[in-house]
Order: sequence, then structure tokens, then C-alpha cells
Amino acid sequence: MTGALQLLAQDPPQLLPARELMAFSLGVHILLVPLGVALPFITLLMHYRALRTDDPVAWLLARRWSAVMAVQFAVGVVTGTVLSFELGLLWPGLLGRWGDVFGLGFGVEAWAFFLEAVLIAVYLYGWRRLGRRTHFVLGVPLPLVALLGAFGILAANSWMNTPRGFRLDANGEPVDVDVRKAVFTPMFGPEYWHFVVAMFMTAGFVVAGVYATGMLRGRRDRYHRLGFTVPFTAAAVLAPVQMFLGDFIARSVFHQQPVKFAAMELVWETDTHVPEYIFGRLNPDGSVSGGIRIPQLDSILAGFSPSTRVTGLTSVPPGDRPTPGQATVAHTAFDVMVGIGSVLLLLALWYAWAWWRRRDLPRSRWFLWAAAGSGAACLVAVEAGWITTEVGRQPWIVYGHMRVAEAVTDAPAGTLWAVLGVVVAGYTAMLAVFLTVLLRMRTRWRLEDERSGVREGRRPSVAESPEHATPYGPRPPHTPASGGRR
Amino acid sequence: MADLVAWVLVLAVLAYACGGGADYGAGFWDLLAGGARRGRRPRALIDHSVGPVWEVNNVWLIFVLVVMWTGFPAMFQAVFTVLWVPLALAAAGLVLRGAGFAFRKPTRRLAERRVYGAAFAIASVLTPYFLGAAVGGVASGRVAPGGSASVSAWTNPTSVLAGLMTVAAAAFLGAVFLSGDARTYGDPDLVGYFRRRALGTLVALAALAGVGIVLTRDDAPYVHERLTGGWGLALVGAAALCALAAAWLLVRDAPTLPTRAAAVGSVGAVVVAWGLAQRPYLLPTSLTVAEGAGAEATMGWLVVVSLVSVVLVGPALVLLYRLDSRGELLPDPLLSGPEGSSGTER
Repeated sequence: MTGALQLLAQDPPQLLPARELMAFSLGVHILLVPLGVALPFITLLMHYRALRTDDPVAWLLARRWSAVMAVQFAVGVVTGTVLSFELGLLWPGLLGRWGDVFGLGFGVEAWAFFLEAVLIAVYLYGWRRLGRRTHFVLGVPLPLVALLGAFGILAANSWMNTPRGFRLDANGEPVDVDVRKAVFTPMFGPEYWHFVVAMFMTAGFVVAGVYATGMLRGRRDRYHRLGFTVPFTAAAVLAPVQMFLGDFIARSVFHQQPVKFAAMELVWETDTHVPEYIFGRLNPDGSVSGGIRIPQLDSILAGFSPSTRVTGLTSVPPGDRPTPGQATVAHTAFDVMVGIGSVLLLLALWYAWAWWRRRDLPRSRWFLWAAAGSGAACLVAVEAGWITTEVGRQPWIVYGHMRVAEAVTDAPAGTLWAVLGVVVAGYTAMLAVFLTVLLRMRTRWRLEDERSGVREGRRPSVAESPEHATPYGPRPPHTPASGGRR
Repeated sequence: MADLVAWVLVLAVLAYACGGGADYGAGFWDLLAGGARRGRRPRALIDHSVGPVWEVNNVWLIFVLVVMWTGFPAMFQAVFTVLWVPLALAAAGLVLRGAGFAFRKPTRRLAERRVYGAAFAIASVLTPYFLGAAVGGVASGRVAPGGSASVSAWTNPTSVLAGLMTVAAAAFLGAVFLSGDARTYGDPDLVGYFRRRALGTLVALAALAGVGIVLTRDDAPYVHERLTGGWGLALVGAAALCALAAAWLLVRDAPTLPTRAAAVGSVGAVVVAWGLAQRPYLLPTSLTVAEGAGAEATMGWLVVVSLVSVVLVGPALVLLYRLDSRGELLPDPLLSGPEGSSGTER
């Protein structure tokens, strides 16, 4: 305990607020990212269906999802820009020393971000004016571009976990930079695929969850069924893939970052026949309180055999490993993520079974309840996964090479706490407004649809409101005044 | 190679100053558009013309940051350490601005639209001011490696002047672009409305530049000397010529494209002049480009990344700007509702 206190005392006072500030800003941003990356894909799926079937309900859903996408993307742009400022404001030491080794990934992200912003604007504002084929074709690159953006960011994050592509000179400065090695580090592949699939799953479950909630409230029309089925199917297909990828990344951590793995699994001493703990808390003396202990399982999971040797936390000095508290946080977050992933897999299997047997959704209300919660659960899992990887890396910002405390700004702790307060208040307000705006849009659309009956599949008469029939026509004559003052 | 990357950085700043600047300027005019009734139509035009492009223009800023931290990590560290406060305030402004703009569009209630609109408009003035003040801190040699956060680095005369000039330049660009958009979208009275404002800000800008020449002589001697002689002076002259041309074109009610080109030319020339005046320093007079450059291999790749950006992003940007300036990008009426998304209720 005194050791831990000494360690805390060594940390500069601004470390904690800087860390909390980064954690909070990133924690909010990472909730918006899955939708930013994968909502275009889901919208395009629905758009494709609309093009194929000319179903007015599909048209309506695709256009509305694109409207949600627009607001969501704007909020994501904002929170993302803040993060690039915070990298400099909070961790000047990180980029000051290592920027030329691993910063290039962000350059790739900037391309993607450019293209994404352009294509989203064209897609969103093109519903009226572009030809139907042109419009769809200009939308198709969106998911690919989003994947490119994720490439840049995850290249940077995986580099922080398994830094490569440089040599240290006599002064400890990085030299001989090899950019390719710095981008494709050992943790890159596992992190990338795990997170990409997580994003698509999350977006699918979140969107489907909205319509599942509607169905629970008795709105079982075509609109809700279609709005549920398309994204839920996409997410359900990915759920088993994600279990496989999750296992892959955990095993990669075991090989590449054994101490982080020890924190995730609460392994104190390096040993064989290591038990698995489900939840539980690590004490400073290495014992584990609470939780369920399953003998041998951790060794089996890590290396397929009870005799697999698993590195423990004590293999490195206390200053080079997560504290017991941090290990408990990483372990709990890890278990939460795995637990949610498993439940979602069961939900996907339930859906697949019902579809295979009867070509229909499961009849049980329990299914709808679970589906309605699946989006929120997925967001929790994303958050938990991120906590696992970030807290598990402590006390390093560049694994094995630079401590978080060495990178931190010298801004006074008081200022940083105040900034944290402002950011928490600001982001809370922003998210509250974001949700309010979305709920208002939903209510407005519902009232409009009740008038037109489109949710039951009725095709609105063209005479009544040309915009409401299909997006691409009939076009109004191109009056220059159609801009501001319709 | 490092010089090349430094020029990439200057060009990225230039792109942000022109693209982002026009958007900030639009926010400036949104702020000054008056009450809900009087400002309804200018605000509708602002919404319509900024809506499709502001996110793209915002990416230039990210690109500037990426080139800074990858190409010149020591400079990035120094700038973000010394200019902590203005940069934090600029970031706060970016949040307010983006969120305000994004939320105003789908909101129908007047009171709420006012709040979001105010956030967008006020932040559109504060953000360029603080970014400009940060540039002033760098140009006047107040940022050095190993320095710590300092108030005088962004409250000195050069910083205040640079902040004001950034706001004025943004307002000028915004008015020029909005005047052209008013023509495209068929609001003839707003063409004149924004033309008058463009000319007014140009006068203000000229006055600020005059003050700047006197003021920077002692406050930012290194940059001052190179702006009043050699290539720096040539560029300043080019900026002045472009500004005069823009004024003439505005008075003559000339077509949109040459007017915009002249306006962008004048702002762009100032940015390039600043880049020239700082040579060979990243941070006058403490860190040269050569000293601050990152690893050689990275610089090469950074040039590749920049070239790919041009090849990849260029056509996309051209497509977007063309569609936008031809009025082809309209909000989907289904999404914004029958009243249109453009602030009709204000």
C-alpha cells in the first residue's frame, strides 16, 4: 500500500485531471464513432433496397436515416476535433517526442475525414437534385472511407500499445524511423478488425433498438418491421464474427502485452494452471476478493492447455504495471464486454433460428425487449472495450517507452479540473440536445406519416406533396429562388 | 524535404484560412444580422450556403494539426504548451460552433433556434480570433521550445492585431462568398447587402493592416523586417493588389468567380507572406525548420500523404464546391419539413 502511495505521490498533480479530461472526451467521442462509421452503411443498405423494390417505406427510412446521419456526423466532427486539440493540450510530450514516429496514421485519417465530409454532404444534400443512380453511387464509397479513417486512428492506438519502427539513440531519442513498421504494429490487425466489427454491430443494434422499442409500444407496421429487420440482420450476422475476433485480440494481447493481459485477467504470479476470474477485485497483496473462480480456465483460454504459462503482474516492478485498482478496472471492463458480447450472440442465434424456421421475427415479447436494449448494451461494450485497452496499458502512454506522467502538460491542476468541469457540462448539454433533436424529428415524422398513411405501405399521392412520393422526382422546375425561401 | 513539408503546412493553413475563413465569416454576419425578423433572410442564405461545406473546411484544421505534430513535433509541443489558453478557447469555440450549427438546422422552435444560432454565431467570431492570436504569438517570437504557458504570448499587441485581422479577413471572405451565393440562389437584394458588408470589412482590414505595419516594427521585429522587404513585401503588395481588385469587382458588381478569386488571392497572399517572413524559422527566432523537422523517413511519407490528399481530396472538393455553388445541393424537403430548413421561422 505504501508503495502505491509513493507512486501516486510521484505523479504530478495535473496528471489526474488531464487523464480524466482525455478519458471523458474520448469516452463521449467513442459512443458517436460507431454511428458515424457504420450508419452510412446501414442507410445505404436500406437505400439499395429502396432502389430495388421502390418501396415507399424503404425510401422514407433511407432518407430519414441520412438526416440522422447528418446531425450525428456533425456532433462527431466536433468531438473529434476537440480530441486532436487535446492531444496537444494535454499530452504535449507524447507528440513532441514521438509525433514523427506514429503521427502519420492521423494523416491517413485526415484523407478519410475529408472524403467522408464531402461525400456525406453530397449524399445528404443530393436527394432532390442528383440522378438516382448518381446519388447512390456517390454514397457507396462512404463506408469504405470510414474504414480508412478507422485505419489511421487504430494504427496510432495500436502503436501506443506495441510501439515499433524506430531505434533509440544514446540520449533515448527515437531515430531510424521506419514508417511502415510503425503503422503495421503487432496489435494493429487485432485492434482494427475487432473495432471495425464492433462499430458495424453497434450501429446495427442501436438503429434496430429504436424500432424494437416502437414495436414494443404496439407500432407493428411495415415501417417498424423494415426499420428493425435490415439493421438487426446486419448486426446479427456480425455477432458470431465478433466472438472470434474478440478471442483473437485477447490472445494477441497475451502474446504482445503479457502484463496488460495479466491485468485483464487478474493474474498476480506468473504460473501455469492459472484460474479464470469472472469479476472480482484484485487486492494489493495479490489475492482476489469476490468474483467467480474457475480453475485452470485462464491458461486454457490463453494457450488451449492448462499447462500454459501465463505471465503475472509481479513479473515487472510495481512502477511498470497497472496498480491493483487499475487492474480491477481493466478486468471488470473486460468481463462486461465479453458478457455483453456473449448475450448478443445468443440474441443473434435466437433471431437466426426464428428466421430459419418461420421466416419471421421471434414471437416472444422477450425478444423485442432484448433487441430494444441491444443498442445500449453494445454502446456499453464499446466503452468497456476501450477502457480495457486504455487502463490495461497503464502506466505507459507508449508501452514500455514513455509513462503517461512524462507526457502530461505542465498546466496547473486547478485549471485542468475547471476545464474538465466545463467540458463535462458542455458535452452533457450537447448530448442532451442531440437526443432531444432526434426525438423531435421522430415525433414530427410520426405525425406526418399518420396523415399520409405511408407506414402501412400506402403510396402517397404525388399531387398531395411531390417531395413525399419518391426523392428523385417529379422535380420542380429549377427556380433559382428555391434556396432560402421555399 | 523539411522545407517542402513546411510549405505544405503553410498551404494547409492557407486552405483553412480561405475555406474555413469564409465559414467563420458567414457566422460573423449571422451574429450581426439583427433580430429574428430582420435577420431571417440573411440567416437563411448563410444556412444554405455553409451547410454542405463547413465540415469539409473544418478538416483543413485537422490536417494542419497532423502535419504539425508529424512533421514538426518540437514545434507542435512548444505551440500547444505556450499557447495553451487561446488554443483551448478556440477548441471550445469549435464545439459551440459545430454543435450550434448542426442543431439549428433540424430545430423548429424559435427560442431554441435562437440559442443554437447564438452559439454558432458567437463562436464563429471567438474561434478565429483565438486562432489568429495564437498565430500572432508565434509570429512575434513569443513561442519557444521548452517554454511554459504564458499569458503575454497571446495578449501582446501582435496577437491582438492578428486576432482582429483574422476575424476581419474571415468576415470579408464570408461576405464575398455570401454575396455570390445570393446571386446563385436568386436573392438579388442580398447580393447588395453582402457586397456592402464586404467593402466595409475590406476598409476595416486595410486600417488594421496599416496599424499592423507600425505596431509590429518593435513588437515582432523579425517578421516585420521580412514583410517590408524582399519577397515578403512582394507578397504583401500582391495581397494589396488583389484586395483592390476585389474592391473594384465588388463595386462594379462583377461576376461571382473573379470576385471570389481576388478575395481568396488577397487572403492567401497574406498567409504565404507570413510563411515567407518566418523563413528559415518555424518559431522565430528560436527553432528553424531544419532543427524542428521530424525524422527524415517520416518527412518523405508526409509529402506522399499530402500528395495523395491532393489527388484524392482535390476532385472530391471540386465536385462539392461546384455542386454547392451551382445550387445543386438542396436540403431534402422531406427531412427538413415543408417550411424548409433555412431558418424561415426566425
